[in-house]
Parts: sequence; C-alpha cells; structure tokens
Amino acid sequence: MIPELGHFFLILALINAIVLGSLPFYGAHTQHSGLMRLASKASIGQFVLLLASYICLTLAFVQDDFSVAYVANHSNTLLPLRYKITAVWGSHEGSLLLWILILSGWMAAVAIFSKALTAVMRARVLATLGFLSIGFVSFALFTSNPFERVLPFIPIDGADLNPLLQDFGMIVHPPMLYMGFVGFAVVFAFAIAGLLQGDLDQKWAKWARPWTTVAWIFLTIGIALGSWWAYYELGWGGWWFWDPVENASFMPWIAGTALLHSLAATEKRGAYKSWTVLLAILTFSLSLLGTFLVRSGVLTSVHAFATDPERGLFILTFLGFAVGGALTLYAWQFDKLKSNNNYTLFSKEIAIVLNNILLFSSLLVVFLGTLYPLLADYLWEKKVSIGPPFFDPYFSFFFALILFLIPFGQQMNWKQDKLKPLLLKQFILLAVAVILTLALIALFADKILLWPVVAISLALWLILSCINYLVNQSSNAQSLFAGLKKISRSYWGMIVAHIGVAITVIGVIITSFYSIEKDIRIEPQQIVKVENLSIKFEKFDNFTFENYISSQATLKVSKNGRHLTTLKPEKRRYRVSGQLMTEAAIEPGFFGDLYISLAQPLDKGAWAIKVYYKPFVRWIWLGALIMALGGLLAVSDKRYRARRFKKVSPKKESIINES
Amino acid sequence: MKAKKILIAILPLVVFAILVMVFKSSLNKDPRELETKLVGSPVPSFKLASVTNPEVILTNDDLPKEIFLLNVWGTWCVSCYAEHPYLMKFAKEVPIKWVGMNYKDAPKDAINYLNKYGDPFVYSISDVSGQMGIDLGVYGAPETFIVDANGMIRDRHVGVIDERVWNSVIIPKLKAIGWEQN
Repeated sequence: MIPELGHFFLILALINAIVLGSLPFYGAHTQHSGLMRLASKASIGQFVLLLASYICLTLAFVQDDFSVAYVANHSNTLLPLRYKITAVWGSHEGSLLLWILILSGWMAAVAIFSKALTAVMRARVLATLGFLSIGFVSFALFTSNPFERVLPFIPIDGADLNPLLQDFGMIVHPPMLYMGFVGFAVVFAFAIAGLLQGDLDQKWAKWARPWTTVAWIFLTIGIALGSWWAYYELGWGGWWFWDPVENASFMPWIAGTALLHSLAATEKRGAYKSWTVLLAILTFSLSLLGTFLVRSGVLTSVHAFATDPERGLFILTFLGFAVGGALTLYAWQFDKLKSNNNYTLFSKEIAIVLNNILLFSSLLVVFLGTLYPLLADYLWEKKVSIGPPFFDPYFSFFFALILFLIPFGQQMNWKQDKLKPLLLKQFILLAVAVILTLALIALFADKILLWPVVAISLALWLILSCINYLVNQSSNAQSLFAGLKKISRSYWGMIVAHIGVAITVIGVIITSFYSIEKDIRIEPQQIVKVENLSIKFEKFDNFTFENYISSQATLKVSKNGRHLTTLKPEKRRYRVSGQLMTEAAIEPGFFGDLYISLAQPLDKGAWAIKVYYKPFVRWIWLGALIMALGGLLAVSDKRYRARRFKKVSPKKESIINES
Repeated sequence: MKAKKILIAILPLVVFAILVMVFKSSLNKDPRELETKLVGSPVPSFKLASVTNPEVILTNDDLPKEIFLLNVWGTWCVSCYAEHPYLMKFAKEVPIKWVGMNYKDAPKDAINYLNKYGDPFVYSISDVSGQMGIDLGVYGAPETFIVDANGMIRDRHVGVIDERVWNSVIIPKLKAIGWEQN
C-alpha cells in the first residue's frame, strides 16, 4: 500500500509540474497576475508531493518491504536502521528521487525567499524550474520507477547494500553533491527568465548571485566529502582519481566558480552580461551532463549506476530540449544584451576576464579528458583511455596561472587601477613567500623538489597577500580590529575563500610529493621500526556485529620511545553478500595522517600490513571547507539579509515592484 | 560585422548540437558490447605466472575444460572496485568458474587487492607486460570473455558486470552456448 501511495504522489507531482512548467509562462506573457501567482503555490506543492513520495520509499526500506524491487536489491533485514534510511539513495532509482526532491526543495526556497523579484521574473524563474521538474519526474516515472514491485515471487530477504556505501561519508556525500548540482538549476532559471525578459539589468545579477553562491557551497562540500570518503574507505590512500564521475562533479564546480566571479562583474559594473548568462546556462548544463554520464552508462566508472541505453536516451533528449532551448533563446536575444565596457586594461574587470579564461581552460582540460574517449570513438572509431598523465600536468599548468593571478586580482579596483605600486608590493610579498617556502622545506623535508617549491611559494604568497590586504584595508581605522570590522562580509568571503584555495593547494602538493608508503611483515608481540616510528603488534581479536564480523588487530605505535597512539585496523566480512572489506585505521593529525591497513595474513599469526604517512593530507579538505566558509560569509552579507527581512510582507513587495 | 555577431550568438548552440550528436552515437554503440575479432577463435596462447602463486606458470592447458568466464582486472582500474563485489557474489552463488587476468599490474598490488576484497577467481593470470591483453584486444578494464569448454572465445563484455548486466546479458549469452545452471 505504501509504495503505491508513493507512486501516486509521484504521478501527482508530474501533473503539478506540468501545470507549473506552462501556465505561469503564459501568465507572464499575458500579464495575467493570477496565473503568475500560481507559480509560488505550485512550487511549494511540488515540494510537499515529492517529500511525501520520498517518505513512502523510505518507509518501504524501514519496513523491509522486499516486494519492492529497489528495496530487495539494496537492503536487508540485518542492515542497521540508519543505513536503511540512507540506502534510499544507494542506487539509481532512489537517488534520482532524491535529486527531484532536492530540485523541488530549491523551488520552494525560491518561492519563499524571492519576494523582492518582480512578479513576472518570479513566475518565469519558478516556471523554468517547473519545466525541469517535468523532465526529471517523468524520467523517474517512465524509466526508473523506484516503487516497482516484484510480484508474485517476493524475495524472503534483500541482497544488502554495497558495504562500500555503509559508511558515514557515503551517507552525506550524495545529498550534498545533489544540493550543489541541482542548486545551479536556480541560476539557470534566472538566466532563462532574464533572457525572456530581454534586458539583463544589474538587479538580475544581484538576485542570481546568492543562489549561485549557496549551490557552490554545497557542491564544494560535496566534492570534498567524496574525496575524503575515497581516502579512508577505498584504503589505498588516494583522494582524487580523475574518474569520469568525479570529473562530472568537478566540471560544474569549475564553471560555477567562474560564474561566481563573472556575476560579480555583472552585478557591480554591468559588464560581461552575455558571457555571464552563457556561463549560467553552461554550469547547469554541466550538472545535467554529469547526470547523463553517470546514469546512461556511456562511460565506465566506479560510480556508474546500472546502465540502460533507454535511460540514456531519455536524459539526452531532455538535455537537448533544456540546454538547446536555452542556447536558442540566448542566440535570439544576443543583440539585446548590452554590457558596460567602460574599463581600462588594469582593472578588476580585466582580472576577472583572465580568471574566467583560465578557469574555462582548466574546465576544457577536464572536459576533453573526460569526453575524449567518446569523441575518439565517434570520429575515428578508436578506443582510448585517459588518466592522470593527461590531467595532472595540463590542469596544474592552468591552475598555477590562476594562483599567480589571484593576489593581483583580488586587490584591484574596478574600472581603473595603477599597476606599478601593486606590482612592486606583490613581488616583495612573493619574494618573502619563496624564501619562507625554501626555509620550511629545508627545515622539515628531506628533499627539495621543484614543483612543491613552486606551488607552496604561490600558495604562501596568496595567503600573505590576503593578510596584507586585510591589514591595508584597516590601516585608516583606529585599531586593527575596528578596521577589520569595517570590511564587508562579501569581501571577507572572497579573502577567506582564496585562503582556502591556498590551503588546499598546500595539502595537495605536499601529500603528492612527500607521502611515505611501507609494506611490512609483523608477528604478534613483535616490534617493527618504520622510519622513526616503532609499531608493536599487541593482539588480534574477532568481534561480531549486526551485519558483519570484524577481525581486528591492535597495534601500538610509539615515537622515540613515547607512546603515540593505538591503531586498530580491521577486516570485515559482511554476512549477506560475503564481501570482505578492509577498514584502515587512521591516526589523523593536522600535519599528517598515520594510516595503517591490514593487507593479508601470513604464517604463524603474522600479518602483512601497509603503513602510510600522508603529510598535510587533511589540508586538502580543510581548504575546501574554508572555501565553503568563504561562500557562507559572502551570502550572509548585509545587503542580502536586509532585503530578505524587509520584503516579507506582500504590501511592501508591490511597492518595490513598482519602483 | 552583423554576420560576425550572429556567428558568436549561435556558436554555443552549434557546439552543443555537435556534442549531442556524439553522445547520441555513443549511446547507440554502447561501448560495453563491442565485438571482438577473436570471437570464434581460441584464447591466444600464453605462458604467464599465477598472481597468487608466482612460482606456478600457467598456460592454455590450465584453462578450465568447461564453459568459464575470463575477467580482465587491475588494481589501477577504478571500475574494477565497483565490479568486484558482484564477482564475489556470482562466484559464490553461481556454479561457473571465473579465471582472472590481472592486466598491467604490480603483482604485489594485485595480491593486496585480492586479500583485501576477496578472491573470486580459480586463479589469476599475471599479465604484467600487457602482452596477453594486446593479444586479446583488451582496451580497458574490466572486461569479461565468455570461453567454452574447448578454449574458444564465444563472446565478450566490456565494462562492469553488475546484477542487471549479469541477468540480462551474461546469463542469456551463457545459455545460448549451452551452459546450464544446475
């Protein structure tokens, strides 16, 4: 009964989406205020319907309803409750439902928090989102229905959730990622609404900007979580693999980052309107492309869902309609997009152009690397595969240029700036950074390598110039603190996000070049020396848990005779699938992780174990979190808050609409 | 000037249209079901070490004398990590032998991998140099060949075999060449 209800809600959601995706457009065209007002109600209705449907599927999991095929394939009576709830998005059908639910969540949020928009604009934004919802709800209903029953032969028990997914990181990673992906639908809808209106004024950019930032924050955290998960769960110490699906999430991130910057130029200076709109379309298109790549099976990947050409065709057709329609509209209205070109060669406008060119180039690297196998097959019927040897050097090249540009760009003035004083100051800071880097590497590392010196110098330079900027900005105030308080939240956001970039770069480069990896053999009670650590194999135990049996080694690690930590790496055997999993034991540290995993049992109770030392690895994710914090600071800027609180009452809304 | 402007305006649309065409064709072609010239010919002759017992040298004579599956895998292949749990499950539940071919891998890593995730194979052939992969026409991993009792390659599947592929592709193909699930 409950699955049928869920199915029913999903059908209602489709009907509601069809209403939302059409009538308000007509209303906006004919200035019919009733039809336009319908948009908000239908958006909130869409969220309620999909939430109900989603809860029904969750209930089917919680109640172990194995008559539902999706539940039978991805759950089991032995699965702990928390994983039953999260198994809902463990595979294609359920995660698609989550995708749609999140889209409707964004719609409801836009309906509630965008009262300052003109009625026409608001109706068009919501109707565009409704149109997207039609596509995805029918995708779920017609090709990937999660409520499908397996009757009359109901399995007695389910096949269990893949143990790789029975993990905290995996619980939070997909929803975060989807929040980001789908969040870019909002700025896409703003672009469509703006293009339909014809003239994109600066207000347009001001409205679209916070939504883009919020989506970007989620995507940043989502990608970082995925990388962190791969690091501790897959157990070979890697954190990024240039896997097609990783790339599929990374491409919208790069495009979104470029969009954030060009939106700033459009909002503040009315510059680059048509480019900004194109980027807004591109960013969401790349999110859709990611969905297509993951769910159609044209590329193989660790993340790829069950493949089905029919599903691929559906998404591709929809992608064609949505993106093709948007680009046609763009071409049609191209003439009307007049940008303000009033700036000189040394200005923030130019810095942002360079930022966009470089980000776009690195996007192109990832795009070509991911899709080249498809292109080569299409053009020359050749099968090729592309890996880190392609991505690492090209991506690093463009990224190094970006790093080089940030210290200048973030300090430049709009319209016109003087180059000489800026150059002089920055090069002094750069010299300090290089000296600092060489000193630190000589002091703490056993070898001096070219790339770490270059990258760390650039990163430290960036941090120094951020600090320098903050100090300068507050130099006129009575005290440093008073000065810092005067800097607006958006500026704080920019500075903090840029520091985050520097932190991530430091983490990436040091982990890549200075990691230690050792394979050792160890017997019970034996002490083995690895570098300056001694590891003692205390004991070996077996434990029984709800759905797996764990074999756990206890290893005491000491450094220079002092006890450092006790690590307990384990092997798990999952009872239902019979799968063996290795759980690495990690002693996390700010300056490096000690990482031990059990390899295999040897004779006489001895084990082969892997010992890794990963210096600065946490900085990779710490940097991402700091970037996200920067985004958070930017959206909490006064001008957004003030608007939101003032314009809750409908009366005031109409006043603003008239102004 | 006017023409140039129109060109810039429609350029994104044109690029997008080309991409959609490429995607469309790749959908129809489905890279996983690529034919191999080797269908109908014997498994190329090889003489390579076993992954788990490096002192044992395996040749064509060691291949099972029944219908079996030859799975190409590698620890560098991210998709193999996704496929592996399914192989473990099928190896446990379905009475058919799996022979592994460890493609372009360090034997040490391969052993770690099998110890860590379980070993579904009767044995794995260690193709460190990649020569056997070239002979087989492998272009990626994972890839699975269906081989009959006479050592003839009967079919090939490129890409991850999951529950769905197993039931809708592999099982029917196995049945088509006379394999029976008893």
